[in-house]
Amino acid sequence: MSGTEQRETAHGGEAHGGEQSLVKMANDIGHFFRAEPRREDAIAGIANHISKFWSRRMREKLLAQVQSGAADLEDLPREALKSLQPK
Amino acid sequence: MLSIAEQDYGTPKRDSATLVTLTIDGREVTVPAGTSVMRAAALSDVKIPKLCATEQLEAFGSCRLCLVQIEGMKGLPASCTTPVAEGMKVSTQNKQIAEVRRGVMELYISDHPLDCLTCPANGHCELQDMAGTVGLREVRYGYEGASHLAAEKDTSNPYFTFDPSKCIVCSRCVRACDEQQGTLALTIQGRGFDSKVAASQDVSFMDSECVSCGACVQACPTATLSEKSLIDKGQAEHSLITTCAYCGVGCSFRAEMQGEEVVRMVPNKDGHANHGHSCVKGRFAIGYATHPDRIVKPMIRAKISDPWREVSWQEAIGHAAAELKRVQQKYGADSIGAITSSRCSNEETYLVQKLVRAGFGNNNVDTCARVCHSPTGYGLKNTLGESAGTQNFDSVMKADVIFVIGANPTDGHPVFASQMKRRLRQGAHLIVADPRTIDLVRTPHIVAEHHLKLMPGTNVALINSLAHVIVTEGLVKEDFVRARCDIGSFEQWRAFVALESNSPEAMQAITGVPAGEVRAAARLYATGGNGAIYYGLGVTEHSQGSTMVMGIANIAMATANIGREGVGVNPLRGQNNVQGSCDMGSFPHEFPGYRHVSDDKVRHQFEAAWGVPLRSEPGLRIPNMFEAALDGDFKALYIEGEDIAQSDPNTQHVTAALSSMECIIVQDLFLNESAKFAHVFLPGSSFLEKDGTFTNAERRISRVRKVMQSKSGYADWEITQLLSNAVGFPMNYAHPSEIMDEIASLTPTFTGVSFDRIDQLGSIQWPCNDQHPEGTPTMHVGEFVRGKGRFLVTEYVPTAEKVNARFPLILTTGRILSQYNVGAQTRRTENNRWHDEDRLEIHPHDAEERGISEGDWVGIASRAGDTVLRARVTPRVQPGVVYTTFHFPESGANVITTDNSDWATNCPEYKVTAVQATRVSQPSEWQKRFREFSDTQEALLKSADTLVAK
Repeated sequence: MSGTEQRETAHGGEAHGGEQSLVKMANDIGHFFRAEPRREDAIAGIANHISKFWSRRMREKLLAQVQSGAADLEDLPREALKSLQPK
Repeated sequence: MLSIAEQDYGTPKRDSATLVTLTIDGREVTVPAGTSVMRAAALSDVKIPKLCATEQLEAFGSCRLCLVQIEGMKGLPASCTTPVAEGMKVSTQNKQIAEVRRGVMELYISDHPLDCLTCPANGHCELQDMAGTVGLREVRYGYEGASHLAAEKDTSNPYFTFDPSKCIVCSRCVRACDEQQGTLALTIQGRGFDSKVAASQDVSFMDSECVSCGACVQACPTATLSEKSLIDKGQAEHSLITTCAYCGVGCSFRAEMQGEEVVRMVPNKDGHANHGHSCVKGRFAIGYATHPDRIVKPMIRAKISDPWREVSWQEAIGHAAAELKRVQQKYGADSIGAITSSRCSNEETYLVQKLVRAGFGNNNVDTCARVCHSPTGYGLKNTLGESAGTQNFDSVMKADVIFVIGANPTDGHPVFASQMKRRLRQGAHLIVADPRTIDLVRTPHIVAEHHLKLMPGTNVALINSLAHVIVTEGLVKEDFVRARCDIGSFEQWRAFVALESNSPEAMQAITGVPAGEVRAAARLYATGGNGAIYYGLGVTEHSQGSTMVMGIANIAMATANIGREGVGVNPLRGQNNVQGSCDMGSFPHEFPGYRHVSDDKVRHQFEAAWGVPLRSEPGLRIPNMFEAALDGDFKALYIEGEDIAQSDPNTQHVTAALSSMECIIVQDLFLNESAKFAHVFLPGSSFLEKDGTFTNAERRISRVRKVMQSKSGYADWEITQLLSNAVGFPMNYAHPSEIMDEIASLTPTFTGVSFDRIDQLGSIQWPCNDQHPEGTPTMHVGEFVRGKGRFLVTEYVPTAEKVNARFPLILTTGRILSQYNVGAQTRRTENNRWHDEDRLEIHPHDAEERGISEGDWVGIASRAGDTVLRARVTPRVQPGVVYTTFHFPESGANVITTDNSDWATNCPEYKVTAVQATRVSQPSEWQKRFREFSDTQEALLKSADTLVAK
C-alpha cells in the first residue's frame, strides 16, 4: 500500500496522496510515544495503538514493507512492530 | 409572532429556593422569589393584558397595559416589572385599570392599520387580542392625523419582512436582538412620535449587521416582523416538536404545519439546548427539503459514464446487494465497507454499523466524525475516561473564565454563542486562541482580554506553554490532583511541562504569541474562578489533534476546572449528530458505547444479540479505505449521508480511490459530489421525513419527529434494513424506537434511554442508566469515568507540512454562519444571499506583495493541488496566513489540503496547508476538469429523467 504512484482520477487529474502512508502513520504514532520516559513503555504504547486501531491487513503490509527493507520506519515503531509479530 | 402552540407567561422563569405566597384576584399563589406579578398571575391562569412583555425577554415596562393594583402600593404598577412579595394582594381587574388599559389600546390602534382580515398575524396578533381583551370599541382620535401608516416596508431579507406601519414600538425586537441573540443590530431611533425601530444606522435589514436569527420576528407581537413563509402560506394548524439537523447545538424546534407542509420553524422555548433561540440555518434554511434537486427515485448504472436508470426500490436494493456479494466473492470479505454520517440519526448510524459488522462480516465502517472530532473521542477517553464533552450548555452561565480554542462559535454554533455572549456580557472573562480575529474577539459589549493569535499548527506548543506557567507559578490545584488524579502520570507531566523548552518565552518563536500574553492567560484561566474551555475543529484537525485534546484535559485537571458546573472541557461538535454517530459504534474499532471490538465479553454480547459471529479485529478507517481502494483491495462502499468527494482532504486522491471501486452505493438527498462516482443511488429522507434521535455536543439525546411523509417512500433506516435483508442478514424493525430499545439493551450508558423516556423528559444527556435515571448534565463529578484522571505527556511535534520559498503561506479553513459544511443543504436555500462563493482571506501585506486586490482571482497552489478563488483582503487573518471556507464544491478547497492527519485517529490536517497565492485570470485546470465532469454527470442524471418521461 505504498500509494506512491500517481493515478488518473475521474476529474482527469493526478492523485498525489498516500506516499508511504503506513510508514508515515507508524512514525507519527512513534512521535507521540517517544515522550515516554522509558523506552519499553514507548514501544508498548506504539504496539498497543497499532494493534487497537489498525486492521490486520494494514499491519501485515507494513511488516512486509519493513521486511523487504523498503520502509523508512523509525526505530521505536520498528521495535513495536516486531513485538506484534506472531511468536 | 409567538408559536401557535405555546403559552407565554410574560416574564422569564426565576429559580429560587425561597418561595413567596401572594394573592392575585383572591387566589393564593406560591412562586419562587424574584418572579414577576405578571408571571405569578399567568401561572395561576389569571391573564393580565400585555404587549411589551414576553417570557423570552426581561421585563421592560413600556406598554403600560399590564398595570395592576397592589394593596399598599401607590398608583398602578406594571405587573411585568414588579416582583412578587410575601403576602402581597394584587387586583388585576377593576374599573380604573380597565379605563387605563382601554386608553392605552386606543392610542395604539389610532396609529395602526385596520387590515386585520388580510394581515398575516390575523388570529395570533397580540395587539388584536389585547384590543378584544380590553373591550376597545372606538378610537376617539380618528385616523386623519399624523401616523406611520404610510411607512415603507423593508422586504430586503429573504426570510422575513419589516412593516413599520404595523409597529407599536414595544422594543421586543430590539430587546430580542440584544438579550437573546447578542448582536445588537436593532435600535429605537428618534424620540416621541418619531420613535421607530431601525436596523443598524437606519439601513435595510439586509444591509445591517443583522444575522437573521429570527429572534425579533418571533418576539414581534404584531405582523411588523413576519416570516415570508407565513405571509405566503397563512397560519399553521398544528405543530410538532423536532430537532434541527444542522450544527451540534441540536436546537429544539416546533415545526408549525399546514398538513404536510412546513409553514415555519419556531424554536421551542422549552428546548433544553436552545431555550427558544435559533439561527438563520435552523429557523429559515429548510427549503432544501423540498428543493427540485431532490432525487426521490432509486437509480442504478453499470459505469459512471452511463446514464442513470430509474428503477423500483426492489430492483435497486436487489442490484446493490448482488453487487456487494459479487465483490466480496471476488475480492474477499474485507473488500467492502460503509461510511455513516453525522447528519443521520442514532438509529440510522447504529443500523449501518450493524449491517457492516453482522451483514458484511467485517468492521470496515467509519463515520464522517473521522474528519472532525475523532481526536476528541481519543483524547478525552485516554485522559478522563469518556469520549465526550463534560458539561451541558447551560453550564456556561456559571463560568467565570471562558477559554475558546480553535472554535468560531458565532459562525459554527451560533445559538450556543449567543448564550456564551450573554454570560460574557454579565462579566465573565474571555480568552481566545485562534490564528484569526474571529468575531468573538471583539463584538458588542465583549472584548477578549487575551487573543492568543497563534500560527496554525502550533496548538500543542501553546498548550504546553500555558501548562508550563500553571506548573511553574504554583497554580496547580494540588488537593484536587492528589484526590482525583493518577499521581504518577501527573508527576511525569509536571516534570515535562516544567522544562524550560516548554516555557512561553521558548515557545514564542514557534507560536508567534507573546510570552507575556500566554502567562497572563494561563494565570487568568487557573485563578479566575470557574474556567471553562470550549474548543472546535481548530483543535482537532491537526496532525497533533489528539495530543492537543489531551493537553486541554491536562490543564483542566491541573487547575481543578472539571467535575462541576461552570467548568469543563467542551468540544463544540460540528454537525448535528457527531456525538451520536460516534456513540453508536460507527468507528471501525468500536461497538456502540466506545467498547473495543477485541473485548471478548462485549463482542459476545453483540454476537448473542445479533446471532452471528463478529470480528475481533478493527476494520478500515476512511483514509485507509481510500488507500486500500487504490491498492485494489477495497472495491465496494455504501455511503449514507456523507459526501467524501467534497469534504475529505486531497480531493484528487479521494476521487482516484472512488474511481477505482466497482460498486459505490450512495444514499443521499441529492446527487452530491460522491454520488457522481456512484453506481447505485438510494434516495434518502430529510430530517422532516423520519423519526429518530440526534445527540448533540452536550451528549443530549433529542427526538427527531416525522412531520411529513418520506419523499422517496422510505426513511433511511428502512433503506438500510432493506439492504441488510437483501444481503442475507435479517432485520425486522417496525419503528426506530425498537432500534433504540436494542441500543439501550446493549450499551451501558444508554440503558435508561427509550423514545418514551425522551418524550417524558424532553431530552436526556447520557449516561442514562440506573445510576443516572434522568441523565447526566455534568460528567466526572466526584470521580472520573476512568477512576483517576490521567495526565499524558504532550510533546510538541511540528507538522510535516512546512512552509518554504515555494509555498510560503499557511492556508487554514473554516465555515461561515450562513452555510453549513459541504453546503448541500444551505446552498439550496436563500442563505446564498449572504455567501454565494468561497473566498480566500488574505492579509493586506501579503496581498500587496502579490499585487492582489479585493475581488481579484487568486490561484492557490499547495503540494496536493491548486485551485482559484476570489480574494478578500482583510486584516482578520495575520500575515503569512490565508483562510477559506469549503462550502462550494467548485471552490476546490480540499483539492489543496493534504493527506497529513492526526497521528492517533487519522483526522485530516485541514487547518495547516502550505500554499502560494498568485493573481490569476482564469479557473485552475482542476476546476475546468471538475466543471466538465460535473456537467457530464448532471447530463447523465437528466437523461434518467428523460428515460422515465418516455
